Amino acid sequence: MDILTQQLINGLVLGSIYALVALGYTMVYGILELINFAHGEVTMFGAMICLAVIGAIVSSGAEVNGLLIVSLGLLAAMAVCGALGFLIERVAYRPLRRAPRLAALITAIGMSIVLQNAAMLIWGKQYITFPPLLPLARYDIGGAVITNLQIFIVLLSCLLMAGLLLLIRHTRLGRAMRATAQAQDIAGLMGINVNTIISITFVIGAALAAVAGVMVSAYYGLAHYFMGFMLGLKAFTAAVLGGIGNIAGAMLGGLLLGLIESFGAGYIGALTGGFLGSHYQDVFAFFVLILVLVIRPSGLLGERVVERA
Amino acid sequence: MIERWQKLRYDRRAAWAAYIALGLLLVLLPFLTGETLGRGWVRILDFTLLYIMLALGLNIVVGYAGLLDLGYIAFYAVGAYTYALLASPHFDLHLPFWALLPIGAGVAGIFGILLGAPTLRLRGDYLAIVTLGFGEIIRIFLTNLNAPVNITNGPQGINLIDPVAFGSFSFSETHTFFGITFPGIYTYYYLFLTLALLVIFVSLRLQNSRIGRAWVAIREDEVAAEAMGINTRNIKLLAFAMGASFAGISGGLFAGFQGFISPESFNLFESIIVLCMIVLGGMGNIGGVILGAVLLTVFPEALRYLGELQSFVFGRLLVDATDLRMLIFGLALVLIMIFRPAGLLPSVRRRHEFDSDASVLAQEQTSLYDTRR
Repeated sequence: MDILTQQLINGLVLGSIYALVALGYTMVYGILELINFAHGEVTMFGAMICLAVIGAIVSSGAEVNGLLIVSLGLLAAMAVCGALGFLIERVAYRPLRRAPRLAALITAIGMSIVLQNAAMLIWGKQYITFPPLLPLARYDIGGAVITNLQIFIVLLSCLLMAGLLLLIRHTRLGRAMRATAQAQDIAGLMGINVNTIISITFVIGAALAAVAGVMVSAYYGLAHYFMGFMLGLKAFTAAVLGGIGNIAGAMLGGLLLGLIESFGAGYIGALTGGFLGSHYQDVFAFFVLILVLVIRPSGLLGERVVERA
Repeated sequence: MIERWQKLRYDRRAAWAAYIALGLLLVLLPFLTGETLGRGWVRILDFTLLYIMLALGLNIVVGYAGLLDLGYIAFYAVGAYTYALLASPHFDLHLPFWALLPIGAGVAGIFGILLGAPTLRLRGDYLAIVTLGFGEIIRIFLTNLNAPVNITNGPQGINLIDPVAFGSFSFSETHTFFGITFPGIYTYYYLFLTLALLVIFVSLRLQNSRIGRAWVAIREDEVAAEAMGINTRNIKLLAFAMGASFAGISGGLFAGFQGFISPESFNLFESIIVLCMIVLGGMGNIGGVILGAVLLTVFPEALRYLGELQSFVFGRLLVDATDLRMLIFGLALVLIMIFRPAGLLPSVRRRHEFDSDASVLAQEQTSLYDTRR
């Protein structure tokens, strides 16, 4: 029983991080129908920027509260990544908006390679450790352990997601975003500045990714120039699982993928009679994805894709 | 530029002269390269030919049939592992090459159908993520199938794979014909060249065949294609199987050529690079795909000289060349796509689409990987 609770907790934490990253994929996809391959790298940049800021403050010797330092790092990461998202869209995607979609996919891949290697040149190839600035507290819940960091990650993710939903459903900006996603040309005719809306979408997605990046590096205590790749892949999988282009779907997909992975890692051995070990957890996740898509070809919450008549 | 080439094509004598010159160049290329740039570059030539075969296979799936496949390298892996398991001390099996090649192609083709069958209803990006997942699944299994029963030897990979050989003629050994010495990498070059030409020939014949036209029809509009009496299910499966078997062949050659394979050679990045080759070169156009494969194999290797270039220009090494290499590679991908969104050598059909009015294009663009609705 305690293992079950523990896997549930781990899954929720991982899932809420995936969900935050998946939101960036799904928002961009909703508007441009583009897989923004560079999004995982933006997440990595978030972690790196935060660590750089923290490192600078700590090494300056200023007597500042640990929580404040991390918050400053987080804000800096969000700001820099927002700017980065804006830049990526401007440089790599806007010139190709009317071009074939595969061309934009290749520039996205190109951007991803550029960002990854830029990070490697700036911060080096070694793992960077997250300094233990936050006081760690452990709580016991029915035999399972949950840390204050885990609680914080889940709460902040929920808060951000709720904020995003409010923004999209109940503000002028949100309405403009939805209109742009639905029909770009018509939205333009209705007086919406489509270019601005697309830029804002990228900035919001990148800022959320930055938060996720900081969370991941704080959770595992490590950051690395390559970390964005796998994280981005998982988040993209989550977005597709939920139905890409659908905001609520990305959240659901992220949480589900986190849970699937964590339960998969915990129980896959028992399920297969010890034949497959926990290193098959990724197989398990992808297998579930394929199964879901075979049954529901457009994801859990995705709209049914209507055949062109 | 393109018009001039086309005119040249209609001039029979000029065309023949060009073909003969090209043929001579291809025959002499390993010697020319080996003498000027060194043996290492002949090896790169060999790899270029392997990538051409691989890219032409993916071109069938993505370029002709419009099915975006992000896990294509899995079939390359299947081909390579099939060859390695049947021709190495690992299981102590040593099948002859003429048996290995069709077996590799066949097994890879079966895997192609295994991937294709459940994903027939998926479109565009959903298909992309499933193929990507499939590729990862294959790679993870290859990495972990060393316990409880050791099948793939896990992350260490398989060693001492038999070189490609016809009877007692081994391609990895140095041979002398007519007083000219052919080291192993040279003989491999001629083998790969022959097979690459065969693959190019098959691709060309497929393009305008009944099947090839059916693929294009499915890419452009699946519903309309079905209405025209095309059995879309079988034709799509055929695209997957054919593309996969091409990859299986190149995978087998890769295993024999290298003598060693490990799961690390078959990661997602490789799939992405092969996709970049065909999009960059010009999807659906065989010349474009070949150009893309050549560029993306040779260019990263050429970038290894960045270190020397830096020492020459700045007098010292500023940034390690291997670190800078991929950065420039990524930038090149972005720039080429921005300036030539249809690829360097677009297919004729696609060029027409681009010449048409931009607003029409916006609607027409659904035809790429889209398959939107």
